[in-house]
Amino acid sequence: MRKSDRRDMGKVGRQGKRRKAGYWSSGRSSRNIWRYIIRRLLLLIPVLFGITFLSFAVIQLAGSDAVLQKADAAGLTLSQEVIEAQRAELGLDRPFLIQYLSWLGDFLRGDLGVSYVTGNDVFSTFVSRLPATLLLTGMAVLLTVAVSVPLGILAAVRQNRFTDYLIRVSSFIGNSLPNFLVAIILMYLFSIRFPVFPVVSDGAGLKSAVLPAVTLAIAMSSKYVRQVRAAVLDELGQEYVLGEKARGIRFSATLWKSVMRACLVTILTLLALSVGSLLGGTAVVETIFMWDGVGKLAADAIQMRDYPLIQAYVVWMAVIYVGINLVTDILYHILDPRIRLGGEEV
Amino acid sequence: MDKLLSYDKVEISYGGKTVVRDVSFSLEPGEILGIVGESGSGKSSVIRAAAGILGTAGKVSKGDISFQGSSLLDLPEKELRKIRGAQIGMIFQNAAASLCPVRTIGDQICECMSAHRKMTKGETRERAGELFRRLGLPDTERILDSYPFELSGGMNQRVGIAAAMLLDPALILADEPTSALDVTSQRKVLEEMCTLREVYGTAIILVTHNMGVLSALADTVLVLRQGRIEEYGGAEQVLNHPRAEYTKELLAAVPRLKRVQRRM
Repeated sequence: MRKSDRRDMGKVGRQGKRRKAGYWSSGRSSRNIWRYIIRRLLLLIPVLFGITFLSFAVIQLAGSDAVLQKADAAGLTLSQEVIEAQRAELGLDRPFLIQYLSWLGDFLRGDLGVSYVTGNDVFSTFVSRLPATLLLTGMAVLLTVAVSVPLGILAAVRQNRFTDYLIRVSSFIGNSLPNFLVAIILMYLFSIRFPVFPVVSDGAGLKSAVLPAVTLAIAMSSKYVRQVRAAVLDELGQEYVLGEKARGIRFSATLWKSVMRACLVTILTLLALSVGSLLGGTAVVETIFMWDGVGKLAADAIQMRDYPLIQAYVVWMAVIYVGINLVTDILYHILDPRIRLGGEEV
Repeated sequence: MDKLLSYDKVEISYGGKTVVRDVSFSLEPGEILGIVGESGSGKSSVIRAAAGILGTAGKVSKGDISFQGSSLLDLPEKELRKIRGAQIGMIFQNAAASLCPVRTIGDQICECMSAHRKMTKGETRERAGELFRRLGLPDTERILDSYPFELSGGMNQRVGIAAAMLLDPALILADEPTSALDVTSQRKVLEEMCTLREVYGTAIILVTHNMGVLSALADTVLVLRQGRIEEYGGAEQVLNHPRAEYTKELLAAVPRLKRVQRRM
């Protein structure tokens, strides 16, 4: 969210005189929040229809199908009759729309189907991969915040001095390195040179999660440092920083209580975006480290045209994004009272 | 030294560009000094220098500012912090902007108080509430729990004035404190400033465009033009018998609107 937008919202708030009258009276505002949450969750329904249909259509356009891919992977050349028979078995011979509606019918009954490739239940396959992804996401995000927020603040406070240049150059380098290269360097250093962490993950343990999490965190922190620095600099230029100085408040108090509070919205926005994409799995990093998360699962499923698995992944992503956006919007409102919940009528 | 504040040949520059040159004046306890001049004449810079808030690019490049006998330019930051807010209060032209937008007013007032005195939140809120009422803001609890953006400009301005008066400073620097207020509120604020001077002997530097306010309040007047002093002396003398051409122009430039009587 850009500064100017927030300023504008501030103005809207100031003009909206009605808001003042008892807006903070708890009963009304909490009821509003619940109504808002319910409305946003209802919005999930059309979103799910839309994206599952689109993803179904797009995979169809890609040509080939599970039967051919499976045969290909096994190195078999099947006769046309066998192919037709297997297609009929999976229902792939039916028209596209019928296939989608049949999937949708099962989905609405809570059945995500079975994998075309392994024959395993999609839902349980998917759920079995989730803990790994959650662990990796959690670690990567924590590391990123722990590195980028302090460094970003430091760079802003020491603007145009040596520390600032050093941090900016490092973030530039971190930004330019592709993930797979960072992964390989880390593997070489910490698995081969100094064997502290395993090269390939041995299940979803904490120790195996370190290197992939660091790989992800290096790329993300490099981006965040710059954003945090810019946000803090923007706030430091505000008149209230001088106002607090004139009131005899120490700079550190201004920095931590006022400036950081005002910057939290920016940091939250960044985090929300990253958490969304991380929960969707990070195919490249997961593949390099043989990390069995949902990203790798999805990449394999797409390769094999395993429709039910792909659809489950798409549903998961939709739920994540709608959920994260909702949580973020509510947090925005709590962190910065000038931001009103979208479409809230008060 | 019985001077409260004195400027000695002060020069202020922003990033090497000089905006105020050779400004000297002094202020005794309880004195009200009015600073006038056109926009961009350096009025705000002059008082911001005393509050130490010229910003990162601005600095006093020559001369000296002394407060209660010690130079504000030599004191370490820690000592300055004790003076700012407690001994020197600042009223900003745009008080809303001088408050952090994402914290409540009560929170910020309590922070200012606890930076200087040992006082509980309850006592501070009571003290602030009393000031609010005297400035014509009766709904004190609600104001303390509000964010700056939830209040009108005039309310914020009075909150800013209350924050500056909170610790009974010896000197108040007021940068056009009443320009955002309606006439009734202006009057309340000015009366309150007069009371402050009478009861506590507070000295005030008042930057203003309003010649009426100036002649009603100021003991001495300083006229600034393009960063230099054009005229400095007793209010009566400067306002009624101006010597400098510029002062005459400034006084004559007060818009006088005449109601044209229409014949019915």
